Amino acid sequence: MGAGHAHALYVHEHSPVHRLPPHVKIVSAVAFVVAVAVTPREALWAFGIDAIALLTVRGVARIPMRFVLARLAVILPFVAFAFVLPFVGEGEKTDVLGISVSEEGLWAMWNILAKATLGAATSILLAATTEVPRLLKGFERLRVPRLLTAIASFMLRYLEVITGELRRMRVAMAARGYSPRWIWQAKPIATSAGALFIRSYERGERIHAAMLARGFTGVMPDLYADTATRRQWLTATALPLLGATLAILGWVLR
Amino acid sequence: MHAPDGFLNAGTAVATGAVSLGAVGVALRQTRDVLQDRQIPLAGVAAAFIFAAQMVNFPVAAGTTGHLLGGALAAVLLGPAMGAVVVTVVVVIQALAFADGGLTALGYNILNMAVVTAIGGWAVFVLLRRVMPKTVNGLSLAAGLAAATSVVMSSMAFSIEWLFGATAPVSFAKVFGAMVTVHLLIGIGEGIITALAVRSVLSVRPDLVKGAEGMDLEPAGRKRSLRALTIGGLAVAFVIATVVAQFAVDDPDGLERVATDTGFAESGRDSTLSDTLFSDYATQGLGNEALSLAVAGATGTLITLAVGWGLFAIVRDRRRPARSPV
Repeated sequence: MGAGHAHALYVHEHSPVHRLPPHVKIVSAVAFVVAVAVTPREALWAFGIDAIALLTVRGVARIPMRFVLARLAVILPFVAFAFVLPFVGEGEKTDVLGISVSEEGLWAMWNILAKATLGAATSILLAATTEVPRLLKGFERLRVPRLLTAIASFMLRYLEVITGELRRMRVAMAARGYSPRWIWQAKPIATSAGALFIRSYERGERIHAAMLARGFTGVMPDLYADTATRRQWLTATALPLLGATLAILGWVLR
Repeated sequence: MHAPDGFLNAGTAVATGAVSLGAVGVALRQTRDVLQDRQIPLAGVAAAFIFAAQMVNFPVAAGTTGHLLGGALAAVLLGPAMGAVVVTVVVVIQALAFADGGLTALGYNILNMAVVTAIGGWAVFVLLRRVMPKTVNGLSLAAGLAAATSVVMSSMAFSIEWLFGATAPVSFAKVFGAMVTVHLLIGIGEGIITALAVRSVLSVRPDLVKGAEGMDLEPAGRKRSLRALTIGGLAVAFVIATVVAQFAVDDPDGLERVATDTGFAESGRDSTLSDTLFSDYATQGLGNEALSLAVAGATGTLITLAVGWGLFAIVRDRRRPARSPV
């Protein structure tokens, strides 16, 4: 529980990618995703090379392939939406495996699939190689308002505690035979959400009192001296630089 | 709702990003005045609460589930500025650490899920608060209706963004229709859960509800069943569909207007249902215009209710207990 143990997201390793300072990694990841997003969808090869580049980063960082694939499941609802596009899309029709589908819709499907997968994979690799508290420190170094990073850090610290509380409430309800079928039976779900809010809020008050008792002045102590060397910046810009080059080539060669 | 990268085009992503940045900036400045360092842990815990609340999934239709957006709930409990900030933090962390929603999609995801729901939801709540009785039940009902409206507003915001930044050849009308219909159903769930959640907080710690600040609330009083609430809500829907709709302006709405002006109206075909019994919100064969509209509206409300009811009945698992939320 608590800080630095977000094992669901982080893969403990000692790789060059893990060692890069967090703010450098954030800039690199965001720039790469932007480059992918503006790459023209017709440049199939560009997305192929982008994917190979990400796979290389994954290899260097020693993140198991299964881990990445399992976490990619979050984009599945949109994948489902993308697969509908060729059938509901308007415009010229073309034949694929004997089925008449919209050509424009097919391109749109590919566009969403490719960009969503690459974007999500980049976020997954960023989170897998950077512990969350350091990620937030990285944001602070990038001049994100401290109020936001502070709220985010407390949120992540207590997320597991609160979802655990929610889970226990659901188990308790199920154990008492609660199995709603109609919308007017939803009341226990809602009142437990209300109870969860009160418990969370009162927990927040206790946390604050406990922190004051331990000398909290409003600023969290800086545990990491994450300063970036020029070399680290150069290493980290390789990925977005490649992405940007591919995007430009894609537009030029169109 | 967590749209991935590449869902809308780059221009829309940048434009919505700018709008979100501005809105969150204003909200941050407002919270900074009330929120001293000492309250940051509270805001963080509230964000974790919204994150957990978003895990409360309820099924909508084959394969799709809705989850609480929580924007309106956050606004009613914490105030609009703080609510928007807290939900923004949730959305950003979901994109960054959980890969739920794209990094380049943050602009429109924040706009739709945090800004529109929290600020729009709060606006509706404040309006309703004036007309509702100053009781725990009245305030909870206002919160619930605001939450339901906020979900629909969010889906409309997405559809409007689609109008400008579509990456697929699906017309605005189709997306708007599908999004708003699905989110009407999700909104009903969101509204009911929000109303009851607010009610339960109000009856234990009314001091924690920002939306009830400075109000001397009567206690909940006689316990009214959820069945009564449902029937009450249905009555309101009927009144709106049959009576209030009479005053609706017959001129083309904003979008139709734009469509006519820019000439893409011709490209939109009427749906195949356009010459059925109730097309264009009138009942065929009924002479009286007001009556015909009322019958059409009432039937529409009934059908929507039946569909929603049916869907919930179908998707609800009868044997197993409520699934664990995580």
